[in-house]
Amino acid sequence: MKVLVPVKRVIDYNVKARVKPDQTGVDLANVKMSMNPFCEIAVEEAVRLREKGVATEIVAVSIGPAQASETLRTALAMGADRAILVQTTEDLEPLAVAKVLAAIIGRESPDLVVMGKQAIDGDNNAVGQMLATLLDWPQATFASAIEVAGGKAKVTREVDGGLQTLEIDLPGIVTADLRLNEPRYASLPNIMKAKKKELAIEELAALGVDTAPRLKVVKVTEPAKRAGGVKVETAADLVAKLKTEAGVL
Amino acid sequence: MAVLVIADHDNAHLRDTTEKTVTAALQLSGDVDLLVAGQDCKAVAAAAAKITGVRKVLLAESAELGEGLAESMEALVVPLMANYDAVLTPATSQGKNFSPRIAARLDVAQISEIVEVIDAATFVRPIYAGNALETVHSSDAKKVITVRPTVFKAAADGGSASVETIAAPAKPAKTHFVDQKLVKSARPELSGAKIVVSGGRAMGSAEEFQKVIEPLADKLGAAVGASRAAVDAGYAPNDYQVGQTGKVVAPELYIAIGISGAIQHLAGMKDSKVIVAINKDADAPIFQVADYGLVADYKSAVPDLMAALTAAGV
Repeated sequence: MKVLVPVKRVIDYNVKARVKPDQTGVDLANVKMSMNPFCEIAVEEAVRLREKGVATEIVAVSIGPAQASETLRTALAMGADRAILVQTTEDLEPLAVAKVLAAIIGRESPDLVVMGKQAIDGDNNAVGQMLATLLDWPQATFASAIEVAGGKAKVTREVDGGLQTLEIDLPGIVTADLRLNEPRYASLPNIMKAKKKELAIEELAALGVDTAPRLKVVKVTEPAKRAGGVKVETAADLVAKLKTEAGVL
Repeated sequence: MAVLVIADHDNAHLRDTTEKTVTAALQLSGDVDLLVAGQDCKAVAAAAAKITGVRKVLLAESAELGEGLAESMEALVVPLMANYDAVLTPATSQGKNFSPRIAARLDVAQISEIVEVIDAATFVRPIYAGNALETVHSSDAKKVITVRPTVFKAAADGGSASVETIAAPAKPAKTHFVDQKLVKSARPELSGAKIVVSGGRAMGSAEEFQKVIEPLADKLGAAVGASRAAVDAGYAPNDYQVGQTGKVVAPELYIAIGISGAIQHLAGMKDSKVIVAINKDADAPIFQVADYGLVADYKSAVPDLMAALTAAGV
């Protein structure tokens, strides 16, 4: 079974995003970039499926600038077999990303796509659902467990207030939630091996997909800062202040 | 322009995220209809019809709609969009699951988790875990929007809209519902609770989390939350998680215990009216957003707090 895992290069999880003074966006110059954490979980899940003997080939795909090949090397070091970079300097919207992935999937014909539920830059949480729609494949989002057998995937999903289990016919799309697994660190030998794995680069324009933006970013601003308050000395002071000053008890 | 709002409910009760989304919808247009899709949910439709400002309630019922299958929701909503210029859905796990499908099928962008309506085509939404706010203008003919409910006031009751039953779509062929296990809790639901008590990694174990956080929450009639660090460490279930990757809450009172205040956690609670932080590290970033900070080890501070609450008659 072939598994395709889309991955995105984003600002590192531990770095605070800073808005540019001219309000055109977030300053990404000289900022540490990493694989989106949910994409890492997706790669890990694909590797585990191969370790269980379910998956036979894992293809990692990224859409982005030349530096996104570093993100793909990380995926290869974690255990993906080969990688495809669709190179562009444009910042694509989720619908455009889904269309590009649909084009790649049309050519690669994977049995399963495992991907992160959202990227921590745009915070849209939309590409997986859009991709499933465009391909007319079933979807199981926000997965916390995946079992694949007999051409089906049984997926436990994190929903408000509990867990839901769905069974989808493959090929299908699964999006990863936080608790699906804990991604491994790539070992040094695997990082070395990853350098020799195939990483194909193609230009976005060559795919002939309409990626024109639908939204115009008017401005990007910093949210209003919350003023820090006071320190209290004891729990009794705290309760007194909550009762009389804040009036919330 | 006409706007459709998709109601959030559990087939028995309408959630207040719906009324909040109606408020956002009314800022786009006065012509707002509400769709209640589920199973055996006529009571929900009746409650929805009472929301002030709602013109008409559409009711569709089937097993798959009751199970919330995304494919069924999309198949129901997309044909309705011939009559609407925008569709607004509360950004709950359910809404996030199906709304992008509607956008993709209509070949339009989704405008995710809006926190402000500037005009009928311009919206503000948080990006980078709420560290930046993006104002976007949509050029699409139909707008597909999810709404972060915590920032909008709930529309009041007082209306008397008509309820019109519409046909449910056919069962999806390739997605099958197996089961659903919802945690039964006497506590209020996290996203709508007036008070939230959250614990962090400092708890050190699931037993300690239960022993410390839950009695305090129960004393205050509060919902229980947790930081991502506590969830990752297995001290609390994932649906307790407050933050960018979990739930966004904005209660009257948020009490953070043993939570350092990582960016991603602050993104989920900084709109709370009053924030209390208890942490033994005086330099923890959580104190920068807390209205009231108590620098103390939770091991002594929480029992003291319980006693002080009892003494104050809470």
